[in-house]
Amino acid sequence: MTENIPQKRGVPLWAQISIWVFLVALLVLVGIILGKRQQGNVQPGDKIPDFSLPLFSGYEYAGKSEVKLSDFQGKVVVLNFWASWCKPCEQEAAELEEAWKSYEADGRVVFLGADYVDTEPEARAYLKKFGITFSNGPDMGTKISQMFRISGVPETYFIDPNGVLYYVKIGPFVSVDEIKSIVAQKLP
Amino acid sequence: MNNTFYKKSLRITYLALLLLAALLVSTSIVFAQDDIPTDDDVNEVAKQLYCPVCENTPLDVCPTEACRQWRELIRTQLGEGMTEQQIKDYFVANYGARVLSEPPRTGLNWLVYILPPVIILLGAFFLFRSFREWTKASATAATISAERSESESSPAKDDYVARLEEELKKRK
Amino acid sequence: MLAEFGFGVLVVSLVVAIYSGTAAVNGALNKSSAMVESARRAMLLTFPLISIAAGTLIYLLVNNHYEVAFVYEVTSRSMPTYLKVTAWWGGQAGSLVFWSWLLAVFTSAVTLRKWDRDIEFLPWVVLVSAVTLTFFLGMTVIFENPFARYWLANGNVAPSMFSPASGATIFTPDDGQGLNPLLRHPGMVIHPPMLYLGFVSFVIPYAFAMAALITGRTDDRWIRITRRWALWAWLFLSFGLVLGGRWAYDVLGWGGYWGWDPVEIAAFMPWLTGTAFLHSVMIQEKRGLLKHWNMILIILTYALVIFGTFLTRSGVLSSVHAFANSPIGPFFMGFVSLTLVASVALVIWRWPILRSETEMKSMLSREALFLLNNLLFISILVVCFWGVIFPLVSELFTGQKVTVGPPFYERATAPLFAGLLFLMAVAPLSAWGHSTVQTLGRAIWKSVTAALVIVVVLFFTYTKNIVALVGFFLVALALSATINEFWRGARARQKTQNENFFTAISRLMGRNRRRYGGYIIHISMALMAIGILGIEVFQTQTQGTLAAGESMDISGYTVEYRELASWDSTGEGVNHTRAVVDVYKNGIYLGELNPRIDYFFDSQQNMTIPGQRSTLRDDLYVLLVDWQPVSSIGATFKIFVNPLVNWLWIGSLVFLLGVIFAAWPDNDPAEETARRNVSRSNRQPSAAD
Repeated sequence: MTENIPQKRGVPLWAQISIWVFLVALLVLVGIILGKRQQGNVQPGDKIPDFSLPLFSGYEYAGKSEVKLSDFQGKVVVLNFWASWCKPCEQEAAELEEAWKSYEADGRVVFLGADYVDTEPEARAYLKKFGITFSNGPDMGTKISQMFRISGVPETYFIDPNGVLYYVKIGPFVSVDEIKSIVAQKLP
Repeated sequence: MNNTFYKKSLRITYLALLLLAALLVSTSIVFAQDDIPTDDDVNEVAKQLYCPVCENTPLDVCPTEACRQWRELIRTQLGEGMTEQQIKDYFVANYGARVLSEPPRTGLNWLVYILPPVIILLGAFFLFRSFREWTKASATAATISAERSESESSPAKDDYVARLEEELKKRK
Repeated sequence: MLAEFGFGVLVVSLVVAIYSGTAAVNGALNKSSAMVESARRAMLLTFPLISIAAGTLIYLLVNNHYEVAFVYEVTSRSMPTYLKVTAWWGGQAGSLVFWSWLLAVFTSAVTLRKWDRDIEFLPWVVLVSAVTLTFFLGMTVIFENPFARYWLANGNVAPSMFSPASGATIFTPDDGQGLNPLLRHPGMVIHPPMLYLGFVSFVIPYAFAMAALITGRTDDRWIRITRRWALWAWLFLSFGLVLGGRWAYDVLGWGGYWGWDPVEIAAFMPWLTGTAFLHSVMIQEKRGLLKHWNMILIILTYALVIFGTFLTRSGVLSSVHAFANSPIGPFFMGFVSLTLVASVALVIWRWPILRSETEMKSMLSREALFLLNNLLFISILVVCFWGVIFPLVSELFTGQKVTVGPPFYERATAPLFAGLLFLMAVAPLSAWGHSTVQTLGRAIWKSVTAALVIVVVLFFTYTKNIVALVGFFLVALALSATINEFWRGARARQKTQNENFFTAISRLMGRNRRRYGGYIIHISMALMAIGILGIEVFQTQTQGTLAAGESMDISGYTVEYRELASWDSTGEGVNHTRAVVDVYKNGIYLGELNPRIDYFFDSQQNMTIPGQRSTLRDDLYVLLVDWQPVSSIGATFKIFVNPLVNWLWIGSLVFLLGVIFAAWPDNDPAEETARRNVSRSNRQPSAAD
């Protein structure tokens, strides 16, 4: 009666496998990305991979126009993310410079400024306005900020002499003492 | 006395010439400033870029202070003679590939451009093949179905009118 | 006190929803109609319960209860009352309650229908509804509680439902943060609710599809029931999308109506499959074909709604529309996975019994063209889906974040949309069963000629742009072919009924609302296409700084800057800066426009409102970009001229009329029978039995 109508076939095996593979792949992809979003920034205890930061001319470190984290093995590194268009960053700029000045002679502490998604002329104007002297440079291609998974500026990451993160400060510091007390944790 | 007067007038002439030269130089600087890229020139480039900080906002539209600075940066770069492509490359190097409105055609990103046409063509192919199977199946009872189709193949217009008349008759 | 009450009611609703689902399954498996009836009543109960919770939340919003965290986040004293109500869906927690409430509205409505003929569907429809409601209420109660209040404990203020420590006290801020200024607009009143209505109402067709698969009753019954639901869901969704476009155009200040933003696309994808579904079901009703397609399309539509909602609310997608990072992510992910896996498994299991009753014979028959229609819609879906997913793929495999933006989508979808326009013209003219190039050609040559004539005229008077001309040709073709259908049908009636032309047309349309409503919708789509072609191909823009008295030229218009004023509206917490510009065309004064910038004190954000002059021919769209506050040294204006864009809005109004007409219940029972007879006769297998 109905022989010339397509038979009662199930879904062919190759199609079933493809559909399930696709579905599982999609869910896994979305799940992993969701996990990444929920991760937040790097946490104390994480080992920080090596990264390199090119520096603005006039803000070199020991004559070098590009520095790597590994250059500072054995020192406490204070890495501050900022931008010239970021109003809260201005609240802590003078404090950071003052804290740096107090550690400059010591030699065991390094302050680094990573300029996040900014334009050089405005960045220089900002640095000049607050009399910043510690090494600063642009975070090219947002590679470093993505590695730290920052969610905005200003954020400051304190790395101990072994390259392990030990403190995260989200938002501007309220005082020089605050900065110094955190640095002091890793200075014998 | 003639000598002093002569020297004085020479000095005045020199001063006048100096002043004239200065005037000429300054006006030529003013003329050079007329070559500043217009807002439209800037927007032409900014339209094709996305704000590096905000979410999915084109750079020519973004209202923040930072975006204003980027647009001024583009203006400066255009004034220096950078081409559109060079400006885009600069932005990518500084802020990452997400500032472009399309993924750059490198590496894995080729998948974006290739996969949709491939999938669509595959889909069309499968559909066509299934269709062939259906029509082949119906052709096995060729004679009878041919006779049946004859009556159905009348042009759409008469078919419609015929059916309409049929139904209207039923209802009257 | 009130917040605790609201929370309590939500918890009770959750329990009732869980009970309803369990009872439904229990009743179905044990064949106990009493159990199923109990489940149905429980489902019905969720509506008044959630309404009470929603009412409580609205009361808190309107009455400045800033100790409630959600109220603090989305309202402020300077907001007018109607905006405080709309703030209900202005943040994640509240909008989840809104979702749940809409879900309860629809599922209760469906439980109130007469179930006698479809009693075996009932438990499964209730189950699907209950599971969905459980998830949404669960997310609200556990993760995004709108009734959480601020508690002060140990010098810290944090939101929590109940006291976090002994001795903690409730903390009440003086004023709220207020809604994002971009949302403080009448559009907020209607765009999100319309979209949510569209999304949520697709649950019902989906539930019936699931019920049909589970019970094995895959004949037309489930489609007949859900067709009208699907049509209304589709109407709400379509209108939600159009309203979003209009709102963006009016208020967001970038002179556009659609940005191909991932969240916009997430709302657009279910519309694509929904439209394909509405067309495809016609084929199932008339010819018993495409059953697999219809099942897949309706499930895809709902799956895309849920998946899109998840992507938007979980923080996975980055977009101006997206909600901030939220803890509901993993839980929602679980629900999405459950929905997708269950749907796919059921379809694969029941695939064999979804067999067609007849077969297609000609590639140009109406059935085949509808199949092509499905293919085109799915193709657009593939492009959109891949464009949304790829940035995630790139991020995962290369760590590099990329943007997939308008150039990609426009280039890929333009030919597909053109194909749809073409089908819109050709498919209604094709015959059921058998069509050849000759028969189609005979039916369409007049429309083709008319369209060609129009295009030639446009070529000499309007534009030489190839893309635009092709687009206009297809639009003209679709319009003339569709209008011709009205003409032909009316003439046929005149011949047989001896009616005058106007009676013929109105009777013709009245007797077959679905068909002619559909044609009106097609006409509206063609009109919208005119608007889209105009603005996409011919938009011009310019920007410049003017001193008072200076002017700018663009596309024949001259815009002269007259003056600027700035004042505070303290009642609303806004500072207005308004410019006055005069518009001239060919030296003739056309009027003045008032572009302005509103600055909102509490959120420190700007809103840019354009001055618009709209005609059928084009829109003159003037934005105040910037100004020098001290004396009128100059103001910066950005001006767009958007040709033909108002046809987009006109088309959307025609669309609304068309859908209402198509969905209007038929009041002539004899005509219903007639149509059913015609359908039945068309489904006789044409091979000898």
